Amino acid sequence: MAKFDLNDSSVVVIVGSGAGGGTLGNELAQKGVKVVILEAGPRIENQDFVNDEWESFSQLAWTDARTTSGTWRVAKDFSGLPAWIVKAVGGSTTHWAGASLRFDEHEFRVKSTYGNIPGANLLDWPVTLAEMEPWYAKAENKMGVTRTNGIPGLPGNNNFKVLEAGAKKLGYKTVHTGNMAINSQPRDGRGACQQIGFCFQGCKSGAKWSTLYTEIPKGEATGNLEVRPSSMAVKIEHDSSGKVTGVVYADVTGAMQRQKARIVAVAGNSIESPRLLLNSASTMFPDGLANSSGQVGRNYMRHMTGSVYAVFEKSVHMYRGTTMAGIIRDEAVNNPKRGFVGGYEMETLSIGLPFMAAFLNPGAWGRSFTSALDGYPRMAGMWLVGEDMPQETNRITLDPVVKDKFGQPVASVHFDDHPNDVAMRAHAYKQGAAVYDAVGATVTYPTPPYPSTHNLGTNRMSEKPRDGVVNKFGQSHDVKNLFVSDGSQFTSGAACNPTLTIVALAIRQADHIAGAMQKKEI
Amino acid sequence: MREVDRRSKHSRRVFLKGAATAVPVVTVATSVAVSVEGAWADDASALSPATMKTLLKVARDIYPHDVLGDSYYITAIKPWDGKAAKDPAVKALISDGISRLDQNARDRHKVGYAEVPWEADRVVLLKEIEGSDFFQKVRGDLVVSLYNQKEVWPRFGYEGSSAEHGGYINRGFADIDWLPKA
Repeated sequence: MAKFDLNDSSVVVIVGSGAGGGTLGNELAQKGVKVVILEAGPRIENQDFVNDEWESFSQLAWTDARTTSGTWRVAKDFSGLPAWIVKAVGGSTTHWAGASLRFDEHEFRVKSTYGNIPGANLLDWPVTLAEMEPWYAKAENKMGVTRTNGIPGLPGNNNFKVLEAGAKKLGYKTVHTGNMAINSQPRDGRGACQQIGFCFQGCKSGAKWSTLYTEIPKGEATGNLEVRPSSMAVKIEHDSSGKVTGVVYADVTGAMQRQKARIVAVAGNSIESPRLLLNSASTMFPDGLANSSGQVGRNYMRHMTGSVYAVFEKSVHMYRGTTMAGIIRDEAVNNPKRGFVGGYEMETLSIGLPFMAAFLNPGAWGRSFTSALDGYPRMAGMWLVGEDMPQETNRITLDPVVKDKFGQPVASVHFDDHPNDVAMRAHAYKQGAAVYDAVGATVTYPTPPYPSTHNLGTNRMSEKPRDGVVNKFGQSHDVKNLFVSDGSQFTSGAACNPTLTIVALAIRQADHIAGAMQKKEI
Repeated sequence: MREVDRRSKHSRRVFLKGAATAVPVVTVATSVAVSVEGAWADDASALSPATMKTLLKVARDIYPHDVLGDSYYITAIKPWDGKAAKDPAVKALISDGISRLDQNARDRHKVGYAEVPWEADRVVLLKEIEGSDFFQKVRGDLVVSLYNQKEVWPRFGYEGSSAEHGGYINRGFADIDWLPKA
């Protein structure tokens, strides 16, 4: 395995090892580029994952201090935990459910399609679906997405069967077990899904794609990739010409190290990535690195989300098998007649008893609450995920008071729902309940959004430098050898889960970076 | 469909003072439970036995599950005593919170909280202090300490860890048999 010198200024330093950083690291390594990945969390291999929600949360979740504000309920119920993401090698690809969907054509052209929505800072992406299609295809092949590349769909579990029966009664047409980056048959050295039911706690069998046991070991095998776990980036440095020169990070002992770099790519998720850029402010860049537009940290999106759980007369045991076991796609279209722009997906979701108690209705108590939990074995559940509106005022800033153990200001996350988000959620709750009512639900529970799993948009792509932070390749408008490689480059969120698009963008970005390096452009 | 065995596998060791006791728990469980009732509360060092017993009642009233015996709630609230022993602020939070609840109960019903006979009346008393730090901390702790007990899970038809059993691929992940034909 490679080990690069701290003073080796020929390496590409990537901050983060998740869907964006882990993929970019491997892709570059395969092309012969030397890469150092700085990962804030420890390396925990999949055999060490635990099928226990709270224990796993302690093992994997990002629980470093963050602050929250805004009218979203998460700020009240989980004020220190705005996001449910991972601090470990593999990032949130250890925790993700595996849903791998492509954007629709219009979802890259939201400004042109939706027009002027008051309060929304809409912008078309500087890329189109046509441009992205070959990269989506590469991503699907890499990840082994079901229903692509001749890979069969996963078998439906009980939770899916309830969803499917209700959907069909209601007349929904596009209902299936999803496009999942979970092996339905052995592939790429990994086995088929054992229906363990703890996708969110890290897949112990390795059937679900995660950079932890795919991209990262493949990259390491080339001899061009070094992953440094428990290495928390605190500042990106630059020279007097404005080019970045390296990353200062705290190593596993807490000692500060400086890794020199030819190129720096930031992939720390949409909360930490802008935080790092803002914390890297200097005399030359007083508002933070790559922030001449003032858009770093802004347009924070988290998807319109919510869940519907329904209780039936007889058992469901929804927790058995794949957490996200199927999907209804009929509402994902843009049909403003419903009272909102954009669309949403309906995807099965199951959480165990401990998390159901924590998330069903945070703060609730008494018999109405315990009656719902008494119905747990007879429950089916779905997650609602749709496009939310980018708003300039939804943003990540540096907390003026709270600092981390290295003395760096922590991220403060402000979020208010846009009226479009509220209208979409109300529609989604109603349709979700209707699906279950159609097959005899005795009661349905609209469940508020969990801490954010899809964090997007805080370093967005734009054609013009004044509108965003990075160009169509994720390259900073201001600093040529600085890239953003995670979901924070999203110009808009689309209805679907973001990981496939993050991976497709990372593969495309690796191609761009390697080309530019060869041409000595950077 | 494969149903989950809901019968309690929970030994009543929580009622017994010595964890290493050789008493065959299952055969004498009922009598043991009666004879040493309250003994668990006498173990408390920082908080008074009366406070612990009232806290038990409060816990039951916050998350009432009639299918669960007191032992699960005792397991859930007992750690407060240890936390109170370590931190005077926690001791004050719990003691003062219970005192206030008892006072409110006496004003209204002439007896302490735990002696108010009907749940509905006790819930009214809890509603009054719902916004207090005491209530919020106790509830916030309980939502984890009660529902995160592995012994509780089968009572709710939840099977917990599955990887060591090979997942559910051969254990009923798709065995639902009552849905209407599509």
